[in-house]
Amino acid sequence: MSVRPATLARPAPVAGRPFTLRRLLEREGFFSWLMLSPGVLFLLAFVAYPFFYGIFLSLQDRRVASTGVFVGLANFVTLAHDAVFWQVTRNTFFYVVVTTVFKLVGGLGMALVMNQSFRGRNLTRAFLLLPFIVPTALSTVAWMWILDPTFSVVNWLLVHAGVISSGYSFLGNATLAMWSLVVVNTWRGMPFYGITLLAGLQTISPELYEAAAIDGATTTQRFLYVTLPVIKPVLIIVTMFSVIFTFGDFQLIYALTHGGPANATHVFSTWAFDIGMSAGQLGMGAAVALAILPALAVLIVALTLYLRRE
Amino acid sequence: MVGGRDALTRLRRLYLPLAVFLVLMLFPFYWMLITSIKPNRELYNARIMPLIVYQPTLKHYVDLLTQTNFLTWTYNTMLVAVVTTLISVVLGTMMAYPLARMRFPGAAVVAIGVAATYLVPQPLLFIPMADIINRLELGNTLTAVMLTYPTLLIPFSAWLLMGYFKSVPRELEEAARIDGASRWQAMTRIVLPLCTPGLLSAGIFSFTLAQNEFLYALIFLAKSDVRTVPVGAITELIRGDVFYWGQLMAAALLGSIPVAVIYSFFVEYYVAGLTAGSVKH
Repeated sequence: MSVRPATLARPAPVAGRPFTLRRLLEREGFFSWLMLSPGVLFLLAFVAYPFFYGIFLSLQDRRVASTGVFVGLANFVTLAHDAVFWQVTRNTFFYVVVTTVFKLVGGLGMALVMNQSFRGRNLTRAFLLLPFIVPTALSTVAWMWILDPTFSVVNWLLVHAGVISSGYSFLGNATLAMWSLVVVNTWRGMPFYGITLLAGLQTISPELYEAAAIDGATTTQRFLYVTLPVIKPVLIIVTMFSVIFTFGDFQLIYALTHGGPANATHVFSTWAFDIGMSAGQLGMGAAVALAILPALAVLIVALTLYLRRE
Repeated sequence: MVGGRDALTRLRRLYLPLAVFLVLMLFPFYWMLITSIKPNRELYNARIMPLIVYQPTLKHYVDLLTQTNFLTWTYNTMLVAVVTTLISVVLGTMMAYPLARMRFPGAAVVAIGVAATYLVPQPLLFIPMADIINRLELGNTLTAVMLTYPTLLIPFSAWLLMGYFKSVPRELEEAARIDGASRWQAMTRIVLPLCTPGLLSAGIFSFTLAQNEFLYALIFLAKSDVRTVPVGAITELIRGDVFYWGQLMAAALLGSIPVAVIYSFFVEYYVAGLTAGSVKH
């Protein structure tokens, strides 16, 4: 990079002046790339390389501790004919879509409630964010006990309230297990929506509401025509971030249901883990993991472009 | 308006929904706490009211600390979190600074690359990464996770810090440069001190994310004495179908405390970091 001419402002070194490191460091291009190179090299080695190596692996029949055999797209063809693969696909999309709707609606509600002045608001905000900051694997342990087949406190409450006569096996039933995951994921992610949307709401100037009130707008109208347009960019970005990370969710599902019962709650990440790590089929596992790429790529490109435009 | 009606509106619009949110969000933590101090005869008795503790005990905590590797796991978790936070904030700063404040060939490509690597989810990388770590013979070492966690944290820190670095007026730096400061001096003495809140945000966020990481730790750390708290608790306190609920909850609670304490001191910076990506532009 040092041989390139400096792009802006700095005049080229006058001929005859000694060419020193100090002077080199004053060049924008050289200084920038010197600063960037450790991070760039690190990300190339540990993100870009594994990413492409993963694509390479997915084209192989490769088991742990043996050399791989190139099989072309055979892994993907096998997956396309595997009923479990399609179940996993449905599970993943169900999990992402339903939790996103819940988190968005709940988070917006949380933000609107929090956007009123009351004593102890900062403390309340700090408490409401706790589910999001506490290590997920550890809070999921508490949920496992809350949903325990024999000693579930939810069952205890429902039975004693007279709603049901005997307790549910929340994690043992295919439908209930999936809804349990949805509840826990919503519990963990809703504060993220709530607190970021609250920050968005706080950028709305009170004059806007006053003007709307003078024009005779109802509460609903104020929400639709004042609040929503202002927080729309925040809403979009938060949702897209959240969708991308929910697609990649692993630990919550691994800890709570491990994909069970009978694959009912497996998503791409947990199924890829079972195939690639537990069963040691690295090639097939890599292929499963890559199967989320098309959906993700669309989202990632859209979000990257949106963020750059903003 | 009558005062009573006002109070009623406020109750309906503020206190009631707020109470519902607080109970829903905090109940699992309450459950962790009371489960961890219940004796087994209360834990495994379906007949008694489970919402309170009748005879609290610290037995589960004592067992956790004496019969398991919990203290080792805690040490590992803290060590890894501190090292990866330092690596991530330093490298993130070094990437963000030129991207935010300088013009040079390739800047746009690097900026997009940083955003893209931040968004690439772990499940896409963990299988090839496991093979790479194996070939480097780093399995069952903390080095393996210290090398891999920053892949999540550097792009995040860089992204967050770019916003802060951009906000420092160019004139300040130019004035220093006219007075003879080098680029390095302008950065370390003018811009970085002004961006201390940003550095704190990046640090706090990285630290909590490092404490939360599970997948890489699960794959790379298969021996008990190198495990982190989340992985140790999930893999060793759940043995087969036998659950040690009291110990599990004690571990969950104790394992959450470092994050919660750090967070409570720096909650403003944490929230700033959380919203920086979505609000500040």
